[in-house]
Amino acid sequence: MSLERRAAMAALLAGRDDDLLVVPGLGSTCWDLAAAGDNDRNFYLWGAMGGAAMIGLGLALAQPRRRVAVITGDGEMLMGMGALATIGLQKPANLAVIVFDNGLYGETGMQPSAAGGGVDLVNVAAGCSIGACLDVRDEAGLADLAARLKGLDGTLFARVAIAPDEPPRVIPMRDGAALKARFRAAVGVNS
Amino acid sequence: MHAPADWPDQLFETLKAGGVRQVGYVPDAGHARLIERCRADPDIRDVVLTTEEEGVALAAGAWLGGERAVLLMQSSGLGNCINMLSLPRACRFPMLMLITMRGEWAEFNPWQVPMGSIVDGVLALCEAEVYRVREAADVQGAAERAVQRAFGDERIVAMVLSQQLIGRKVWTK
Repeated sequence: MSLERRAAMAALLAGRDDDLLVVPGLGSTCWDLAAAGDNDRNFYLWGAMGGAAMIGLGLALAQPRRRVAVITGDGEMLMGMGALATIGLQKPANLAVIVFDNGLYGETGMQPSAAGGGVDLVNVAAGCSIGACLDVRDEAGLADLAARLKGLDGTLFARVAIAPDEPPRVIPMRDGAALKARFRAAVGVNS
Repeated sequence: MHAPADWPDQLFETLKAGGVRQVGYVPDAGHARLIERCRADPDIRDVVLTTEEEGVALAAGAWLGGERAVLLMQSSGLGNCINMLSLPRACRFPMLMLITMRGEWAEFNPWQVPMGSIVDGVLALCEAEVYRVREAADVQGAAERAVQRAFGDERIVAMVLSQQLIGRKVWTK
């Protein structure tokens, strides 16, 4: 069983408050995030493949009173899988790394990824000593994850099994300097 | 006045005075003293990385949240960072890298030479401002300038510490 990606993103962000900061991966999860509604507290990635989780870590350490959700794809996570070890050591209580896993590289023509070939990202995260590691496969699991994200109180990893569909792209702004300035203004930092 | 051997401590004090709160690093002998100082300081979050490019992304995230971060690595690590440096280039994030050189002066290991020899070229192509330091007496001034340029003007800045400064690695004991 697997979930529809746009509906999954919408469910995770339903009732979003100003203390939730979101970093997607490049590609499909970036379009999913834009489709859920633009927000100054989104930092869309148009590149930096393999870097989403580490951007989330730097942000979570800098903003301990806010919650940070990295919502990326399996291919992007696989490229920066070492970040799970780095995060496992730091254990920021306000960071969730959520992987939309369809086992495919969607942006490049649906080639199979290692996650699709049997690599289990939930076990990888658990092996990296990330405390809470969830394998989300149905609506009930998704609802549980959304609730945990609202009351985040420990480093969280979740793999969300999504269906291999490719909904129409929703393109967010792509001026990196403008995205950065907008995000920092929303968070209220200018140091 | 500090004795020349105190330059890692000067570097630490300059970073601390410059408001740096996150220090990402892949361990390197040339940075050993600086890493030790960072680890011992409760105001600084030391983040050991599995690969140097993680530190580029870490620094971007830190800046999004209003904190200053630096990346410590040796010259071989710069090669691992090249694509991730697109992030500070595309978004104009501050990116301060402190790079200890291998593969130049008194290098015993020839495998360090290929990457060490292209550090200056890579930094130029990545639009980094470069402050190369060969003498201990120049460390503090260069570090102050590097901090100011990186965070004061949101620039990619590399402070490159020459192998003469770090000293010869002893291979036989």
